[in-house]
Amino acid sequence: MSSWLNYLRTHRFPHIWCAGCGNGTVINAMARAAEDLKLNKDKTSVVSGIGCSSRGSGYLDCCTLHTTHGRALPFATGLKFANPELEVLVVSGDGDATAIGGNHFIHAARRNIDLTLVIMNNNIYGMTSGQYSPLTPTGALATTAPYGNIDRTFDICKLAEASGATYVARATSYHVSLLKKCIENGIKNKGFSVIEVLTQCPTYFGRRNKIGNAPQMLRWYKDRGVLWKPGTKEDPDKIYLGEFVNVTDSEYCESYEAVIEKAGGKK
Amino acid sequence: MSERIEFRLSGSGGQGIITAGIVLASAALYDGKNAIQSQSYGPEARGGASKAEVVISDSFIDYPKATIPNYVLCLTKEAYRAYGENANEDITVMADSSIEIPEGKKALTAPIIETAAKEFRPMVANTIALGFIVGCTGVVSQESVIKALLERVPKGTEELNEKALYKGFEFADTVMGR
Amino acid sequence: MAEKNKILLQGNEACVLGAIRAGMKFYAGYPITPSSEIAEKAAELLPKHGGKFIQMEDEIAGIACAIGGSLAGLKSMTATSGPGFSLKQENLGYACIAEIPLVVVNIMRMGPSTGLPTSPAQGDLMQAKWGTHGDHPVICYYPSSVREMYEYTIKAFNMAEKFRTPVLVMTDEVIAHMRAGVEIPEEVEIIDRKKPEWGKSYLPFKVTDGEEIAPLAAFGSGFRFHVTGLAHDEMGFPSNNPLRNDEMIRHICAKVDKCNDEIVESAEHFTDDAEVLFVACGSVARTALYVVKQMRSEGVKAGLLIPKTVWPFPEKALKALSSRIHKIIVPEMNMGQLVYEVERIVKGDSTVTLLEKVTGELFKTEEMYNKAMAVIKQ
Repeated sequence: MSSWLNYLRTHRFPHIWCAGCGNGTVINAMARAAEDLKLNKDKTSVVSGIGCSSRGSGYLDCCTLHTTHGRALPFATGLKFANPELEVLVVSGDGDATAIGGNHFIHAARRNIDLTLVIMNNNIYGMTSGQYSPLTPTGALATTAPYGNIDRTFDICKLAEASGATYVARATSYHVSLLKKCIENGIKNKGFSVIEVLTQCPTYFGRRNKIGNAPQMLRWYKDRGVLWKPGTKEDPDKIYLGEFVNVTDSEYCESYEAVIEKAGGKK
Repeated sequence: MSERIEFRLSGSGGQGIITAGIVLASAALYDGKNAIQSQSYGPEARGGASKAEVVISDSFIDYPKATIPNYVLCLTKEAYRAYGENANEDITVMADSSIEIPEGKKALTAPIIETAAKEFRPMVANTIALGFIVGCTGVVSQESVIKALLERVPKGTEELNEKALYKGFEFADTVMGR
Repeated sequence: MAEKNKILLQGNEACVLGAIRAGMKFYAGYPITPSSEIAEKAAELLPKHGGKFIQMEDEIAGIACAIGGSLAGLKSMTATSGPGFSLKQENLGYACIAEIPLVVVNIMRMGPSTGLPTSPAQGDLMQAKWGTHGDHPVICYYPSSVREMYEYTIKAFNMAEKFRTPVLVMTDEVIAHMRAGVEIPEEVEIIDRKKPEWGKSYLPFKVTDGEEIAPLAAFGSGFRFHVTGLAHDEMGFPSNNPLRNDEMIRHICAKVDKCNDEIVESAEHFTDDAEVLFVACGSVARTALYVVKQMRSEGVKAGLLIPKTVWPFPEKALKALSSRIHKIIVPEMNMGQLVYEVERIVKGDSTVTLLEKVTGELFKTEEMYNKAMAVIKQ
């Protein structure tokens, strides 16, 4: 058995995701990144909220915490802050992380607490069968936007950067080696890391919006995906991928050590 | 319930009324008595009227606030209007001399605010008032109130506060004819 | 008299000192009047005592973070007041179904909504029982003195650790903000959660059916398992099995319900020969005690029952009293909440009269006396 499979709870398969869903690819990349970094499963925790993406925690063989909608980051903050030795990864979706959990997202980034957040952005609420999310493109169809979505979208990576995340990257479920590399680098970063992964939801987004089935959606990512470099003049028809931010700044749990020292406490 | 002694301390926000209440309650504990201190919270704690209450008793205190206070301290005219003016004859009003109090009212007065400003610093008006209260009523021992005070005042102001407290004791001796 | 060695503490301060005595090592919360002194004291003391404090971005994050801290193995607490208590309800339910120990303090202020942020009330008594959706156990202490804030916060931690469930400490603004002398007890019982044994199979969500509750391993301690708010099997993995659903819900309720007698606490004053009984909590119980003593001095045989655990309610104590006292008066700083529980228990044994008060002030002695005398003379 390939050793990266050791990071999966294969006894929990088959998974709950639809045929053609990209979430499994993301979990695969996480398991491979964990294997490459030789993460200790007993000291690794994966935290998630609610939605299709969030069921991912159940398939990873470590200490896994499936929480309430939007709240994965504050639960994860509690785990990490209480025990900084834990390697804490968070899996979330576009709705979970930027709608109901939007406040937690910007504040976790602001604190620069050492968590690695993987956001599976499928541009829709898939688990509840296709309502629009903050990442549903303007004009797209959703069950709650039957006449076309009038909302404007976030740019998750720019939001993360502006909020203070010290590692920010984007990949897709097609660009799997880039995805694995970004997850690895995100885990290595001592601070708050955000990896946005565009991932296909053929069932509730692709079909309704005439992008097509899973292979067609993956081709869509392939055709539009280009590696971002500093100074790139952005074309709205392209998807920019790669690392946008990779900097060092004071990390929250480490900063608290100074508080303990000032208070005269013991570590 | 006659052994229950109730104080209502009133003034304006920033005068240290609440600290005075806390010190009084703390002193009562040092004397081996029971004490409960409470205070008014809210917008009025931001520069408007300020109120603290202290109940002291040898036995268990059930109701934690003043029922009909035995003593009402008023450091400002506004505080007097709110808590002193309508006080019945069972209540002794203890007030700053700047407040006009009608003839016949049961009141003990001392130039607390003026003395604090001229001889000390305005911030110790509460301490002078506390000395005045303790001196007039004898509700707690002077030893205990000094101990409680020195524990609660900002570092570096201990001597200033202790002198201010003694000034309050002096005022008490004067009004009590000692 | 002469109870020396007492220190003057505010109710909220006593709560934090009790928590630290109980072993609290983690506090996450969001400031809200009239509970903020709890956060402030925790921020000051925890780093001195080997613990950690974090102020989160909102009330929901506060409880979520505290649950995370508990799952990492630290005794955790959060504190709030009405509006924040409403916001915390979903994750309170999470801690119930995921069986994670946690202490939640709620200092009651007048509501609904922003209401009167600095004024006392007892409007959250029913929310404490029914606030989160679904069936779940509730343990809720209601201290009525500064000393009890200390004691019951310790007990809340003990019960949370023992039963692997969130435990509430609720009181009103009067008790939270008043200062009184507290003698810190030299010895207190401290209960720590059970940890699983190495080498034995571990079912973190085992149905224990009255036996000792399954231990809880800290994340990072070597046991890998799944925790979810979904209905789950004994390993913690999601389950849709109807039989398992039934078993799981019955388990989380029964583990507490079966120990009601061990958890329930109440105090009685002058009830031996009482002909009229007051039932009151928190600061209202203090007013009631004053009034009862006043009535006694006038020859009225009044007595008082103070529930110290509002949930579970001291049902047996009340039932015993209502079998011989046929007039019950329930003064509350709300439009009537506790009174429903009293009526449910006495079931026609006695006449039950509610004295409600919603002015945002503590029940005054004269006011309660006059209203109660009018009821007694009926």
